[in-house]
Amino acid sequence: MADLHFGEDQPTEAERAAIDAIVSQAEAATVVETERVVRGGRSRRRGLRHQLLPVLHSLQHEIGWISPGGLNGAAERLGVPPAEAYGVATFYELLRTTDPGHRDDVVHVCVDPACAMAGNDDLQASLEADGARVHASPCLGQCERAPALFIQGVGRPDQVPADDDEKFRLPQAGDPGLRVLRRVGVVDPTSLDSYRDHGGYEALAAAIEMGPDAVITAISDSGLSGRGGAAFPTGIKWRAVADEPGPDKHVVANCDESEPGTFKDRIVCEHDPFAVIESMTIAGLATGAPHGWIYIRGEYPRATARLEDAIAQARAAGLLGDDVAGSGQRFDIEVRRGAGAYICGEETALFNSIEGFRGEPRNKPPFPTTHGLFSQPTAINNPETLINVLDIVIDGPDAYRSVGTERSPGTRLFCLSGRVGVPGLYEVPFGTTLGELLDVAGEPTGDLSAVLLGGAAGVFVGPDALDMPLTLEDTREAGATLGSGVVMVFDDTVDMEAIVVRIAEFFRDESCGQCVPCRVGTQRQHEVLVELQSSRQPLAPQRAELIDDMALAMVDASICGLGHTAASAVRSALALGLIGNSQ
Amino acid sequence: MSSVITETAVTIQVDGQEVAVPEGATILDACDAAGVETPTICYGPTLTPVNVCRVCVVELDGSRALVPSCSRPAEEGMVVHTDSERVRHSRKMVLEFLATGVDVSQADELGQWAEHYGADPDRYVPGGETMDEPVRVQDNLYIRDYDKCVLCYRCVEACGDDAQHTYAISVAGRGFGARISTEFDVTLPDSACVYCGNCVAVCPTNALQFKTEFDLRQADDWRPEDQTVTQTVCSYCGVGCNLELHVQDNQIVKCTSPDDHDVTKGNLCIKGRFGWNYV
Amino acid sequence: MIFLWGSNAREAHPIFFHHVLKGIDNGARMYCVDPRYTSSAQFSDVWVGIDVGTDIALANGIGREIIHAGLANQDFIAHSTQGFEAYAASVEPFTSEAVAAICGIPAEVVVEMAHAYATADKAQILWTLGITEHHNAVDNVLSLCNLALLTGHVGRWGSGLVPLRGQNNVQGGGDMGAIPNKFPGFAGVDDPDHRARFETAYGRELNPVPGLHLTLMFEAMERGDLRALYVIGENPADSEADVLHARAQLESLDILVVQDILMTRTAEMADVVLPASVAWAESDGTVTSSERRVQRVRPAVSPPGQARHDIDILCDMAEAMGDELGPRDPEAAWDELRSLSAMHGGMAWERLEAAGGLQWPCPDEDHPGSAFLHGWLWADDLEGREPAPFSALEHEGPTEELSEEFPLRLTTGRALDSYNTGVQSGKYDSPLRFAGLDLNAHDAADLGIADGDQVRVCSPRGSVEMNARVVSSLPRGLAFTTLHHPELIDVNVLTNPDWDPKSGTAEFKAAAVRVERIATHQTAATAGASVG
Ligand SMILES: Cc1cc2nc3c(=O)[nH]c(=O)nc-3n(C[C@H](O)[C@H](O)[C@H](O)COP(=O)(O)O)c2cc1C
Ligand code: SF4
Ligand code: SF4
Ligand code: SF4
Ligand code: FES
Ligand code: FES
Repeated sequence: MADLHFGEDQPTEAERAAIDAIVSQAEAATVVETERVVRGGRSRRRGLRHQLLPVLHSLQHEIGWISPGGLNGAAERLGVPPAEAYGVATFYELLRTTDPGHRDDVVHVCVDPACAMAGNDDLQASLEADGARVHASPCLGQCERAPALFIQGVGRPDQVPADDDEKFRLPQAGDPGLRVLRRVGVVDPTSLDSYRDHGGYEALAAAIEMGPDAVITAISDSGLSGRGGAAFPTGIKWRAVADEPGPDKHVVANCDESEPGTFKDRIVCEHDPFAVIESMTIAGLATGAPHGWIYIRGEYPRATARLEDAIAQARAAGLLGDDVAGSGQRFDIEVRRGAGAYICGEETALFNSIEGFRGEPRNKPPFPTTHGLFSQPTAINNPETLINVLDIVIDGPDAYRSVGTERSPGTRLFCLSGRVGVPGLYEVPFGTTLGELLDVAGEPTGDLSAVLLGGAAGVFVGPDALDMPLTLEDTREAGATLGSGVVMVFDDTVDMEAIVVRIAEFFRDESCGQCVPCRVGTQRQHEVLVELQSSRQPLAPQRAELIDDMALAMVDASICGLGHTAASAVRSALALGLIGNSQ
Repeated sequence: MSSVITETAVTIQVDGQEVAVPEGATILDACDAAGVETPTICYGPTLTPVNVCRVCVVELDGSRALVPSCSRPAEEGMVVHTDSERVRHSRKMVLEFLATGVDVSQADELGQWAEHYGADPDRYVPGGETMDEPVRVQDNLYIRDYDKCVLCYRCVEACGDDAQHTYAISVAGRGFGARISTEFDVTLPDSACVYCGNCVAVCPTNALQFKTEFDLRQADDWRPEDQTVTQTVCSYCGVGCNLELHVQDNQIVKCTSPDDHDVTKGNLCIKGRFGWNYV
Repeated sequence: MIFLWGSNAREAHPIFFHHVLKGIDNGARMYCVDPRYTSSAQFSDVWVGIDVGTDIALANGIGREIIHAGLANQDFIAHSTQGFEAYAASVEPFTSEAVAAICGIPAEVVVEMAHAYATADKAQILWTLGITEHHNAVDNVLSLCNLALLTGHVGRWGSGLVPLRGQNNVQGGGDMGAIPNKFPGFAGVDDPDHRARFETAYGRELNPVPGLHLTLMFEAMERGDLRALYVIGENPADSEADVLHARAQLESLDILVVQDILMTRTAEMADVVLPASVAWAESDGTVTSSERRVQRVRPAVSPPGQARHDIDILCDMAEAMGDELGPRDPEAAWDELRSLSAMHGGMAWERLEAAGGLQWPCPDEDHPGSAFLHGWLWADDLEGREPAPFSALEHEGPTEELSEEFPLRLTTGRALDSYNTGVQSGKYDSPLRFAGLDLNAHDAADLGIADGDQVRVCSPRGSVEMNARVVSSLPRGLAFTTLHHPELIDVNVLTNPDWDPKSGTAEFKAAAVRVERIATHQTAATAGASVG
């Protein structure tokens, strides 16, 4: 609802078709019913706004950029003011608002640490020599197969060449001790029957039998905590949503996974998509939320396709829809693709992104459990968190607690990359030490100098941390974090200054820009580190003080976790002496 | 048209002082009631808080990070500190940060607070990124000088949900590259802008300026100390909008509207805002 | 639920519209009834584009549907109204099909609107000149009042009838007695009791015969009965319908005196021009808005040259005629008014100083003013008043029927950046300004007219040249222009002077015209009217 005003630019036929593919003229925000009756208005427009990102994706994919005519066409169809649509389009890395001058595919090459260690610059140079359109990208979630590539198709499907490469195996596939990864590499991810043959949908049947209250109690008793980074108790979250009145509630699986060094959600979604869907369904029934959403990062074409396919199969089998598995309850799932923005993994930014607004985090409180997606009660979880629910429902909380520690029960997925024997995704019980974990992944490749724990938002630890048990409590005590399960290993051949400058650059690039401490702080932090890098001098005391001053303000006064953590890796690198000494 | 205020009071402690405020009031309201002055940039009395500038943060017992006082509702029993070391530090850093990238020379209030908290924008790496935007003069009514823009979102709010519902401008880009922009940065006359000037009225830094003021400043003849402000009623339609006429040398030099008036809430339309120069 | 009927408030009353938008944001649905798909209509849930001048038929049809669907508020009708039976009988012929045929809209929409309005928890009808600039203006208004009486959507918080006044002080002018048949406070001049009160206060005898309103004055000029005219702050030489005729009448006067702040076309014709100060920026006083809110105006600048305050000019005039009008002091004048007009009684000058002013009635100094007027309808005893009457109304289309010679309907209106004849608003540099004729794409194509072409618009009264613009906001058969730029486009040469005997307003909204192309875009661009 606005003074809609569109410039002269009209969408081309192709652009119109790209828009039609998502929202037809008949569903438009304003419909000319007859020459004398036009229907429009606020509720129609509000109901369409969440199609903005899908429509922009469609334009980008078909045309290679969002042209002024295409933007006008999208804005008019959805009743979104063009300035706002432009604000949304310019927020995302995968959407272009300047004419690239060609219609070639764009090859995204990862420039983040795991890939930097694996020679991404050589890869980039050879691609450019072959005439490819290369675009530098933050972590592509394929750190175990660095250096990573993602090909953004124009007029044809996106591709990840490594998806078809046999040499990338799942190191633990078939290991009987696995829980979350039990079916990964074993089950046929494209077949509901195969999933059922491996115990699939037993948990849903059990959950329906138990009823919502007992399910949530079991989750609470199991001590399950979130695996997306913040480690919030899942039972408390679900209980809060279940206690909210009314039917307009949501369950969201947060598959945005863009924390540098993280690739677990990709593997889980690609190799066991039905598990994500079954566990979301249990969450929906337990919390009384009929609407399910999967938000998955745009660089994961295979995971997206497999989830969509699994949803279709589940729906056809009556496991999603108006009456889920005979429970009499409704639950269904829509998949939404991100478009290149780390911040959209932050839960409230993710809501805004789905709703068709810029992916800017909201101030909390209020929390998602009362004001989540569309400002309605929402349970949002990481897929790893969700899959844990299946075992808890089937085996009960006590069995679940049989591994792990009292305060960190169960197992944890770790994404090992960098200078380790066999990079890849590993599941070990909580309480395994860092050293033991590295041993599971085979012989180290060099002299270990540091491990980045928890991703760019985490901290560096030195070799003396190899004895640290990987639990929530032990890492917290050590001033570290498990975050999203990143274990990125560096040896003494790595240029740590370059790595840390890149981490600072990552935060500068990925800050949504909303709040001053983070928008300016991440920029200035990067400038100080670049100055340090080029000076080849030890860090001056007043610069050290400035870094601390900026960090404190970002931690204390930023809106969201990005700002809160933007300085932690940098400061830990300084504290460990990885950088800042003259070289 | 005064709205009904539920008179359930909430009592909170501000710097050791008990204050009672109506339910729904913010910590900022409580600070005001306690007579504690709080710097604000993105907050406007007529706008929905967006809590992005973070200069108003306070320390709240039981909360790990500082909280924005402008948007956080006061709750019974809250204990708030507005002058702790942490609060002073974050406020100072916000003011310092802004001054490193933005021309804040005409943001008087901001400058006073920066002095109060001892902000030192000169201690950063020389040659750092700045807004670096040309002045956009695209018509004779108002100009946009985004070198002075602190991205407080107030103009966007005023143009959008909070008043005008025109949505001619939005935040575009991300991170340090974020800017206030029309679609594809088209000129204002080509945009949806209807020249209500409501964005200009809420801009805290003079990034948005009436052309009359801009011209006088260019001529070095903008003298606020010599100006009078008279409240009267718009001569156009029958809505009865109140105007504040700013007069210098017996000439109207700009026109604003009182924030606390039930009818206008600080807003006007193009006629009221700009249609006075026949006087 | 909001009915926006014959009003483009988004442009004509922008700040009022902010409040409408707040309602819409809070979930109110809006139906917009207007021949044009206006910028206000863009905000509506449903726009219904009726033929110009068919408002009564639609209102009657909605009323009939409400009655037949059993949605009328029987308790309210019984308690607070009279004349329902006659009204019900009068709307009986207006079936939704009949209304559809008259108004040019689908029948289902008539039914939909009736149900939406009648079943809404709270509902308002807002209108402006789209209702009142017709030869049957008052009947149009009454037809909307009928709907409110039928449903009880009146006199309560959030429900009501909202006419929007076009000028900053038309309401105040009427309140102060600047209408032919009333003293201040709407006391009838022909009522001996009232007259006696005013005669005592003013210390003289007062004429008991109601005066003439503007349209009647022009008729009197034509008859030769009216030979001298004193015009204060009006520009009839541009603003009257069939303006060529009006100018001829003004030319024929023995003496024309104009008191104005600017050299209007009327002032140019005058024998004597009295330069006045700008009321709202150069002098002290009050104005009264659409919502009956009395507010202070104050001098911000001093008037230029020989310009003087209206109050001084008038007092001097009186003195020159050998009379005294009392102290030349706005506050004293206001206190005199308060003593004579009960509804202003409580509005002490100091109270008005407070921001926001006060809404009448405000009978005493402790009274907070009144947010709405017709609460009495809900009082058990109706506060001793007569129940509100329904009105049985007939539909009559525009007086000027379309013909082969004049096949298009021309309607006029206002644009956001401009005001009336543009004397004030034409002085600033608006990037939005457009002066010309809006045409539907099909009509333009039929006439061989492209966007930007120069065209001649002819009505039975004259012809005017202007640029054409092809727009999507008009249904076929309808053309539109604003009245803001008479120096470029003399629109009122075309408009229909037939006027409403009950209000004196002419049918600005409906003339029959013919449009012909005279130059293409390229030639027009250099030769044609453009404002910048
Ligand atoms: C900058 C930022 C990025 C985040 N990205 C992700 C992500 O990609 N995936 C994820 O599950 N959680 C992410 N989170 C954490 C989410 O906000 C949220 O806590 C999580 O999805 C909750 O699910 P859980 O309780 O199952 O962990 C991110 C947080 C921040 C601050
Ligand atoms: S902390 Fe950074 S990413 Fe988070 S809201 Fe603020 S600017 Fe955006
Ligand atoms: S002048 Fe009004 S319409 Fe134009 S950008 Fe500013 S607020 Fe929006
Ligand atoms: S232009 Fe002014 S109001 Fe708008 S964001 Fe910038 S500083 Fe704030
Ligand atoms: S894919 Fe390159 S660091 Fe993750
Ligand atoms: S004033 Fe509170 S965050 Fe800006």
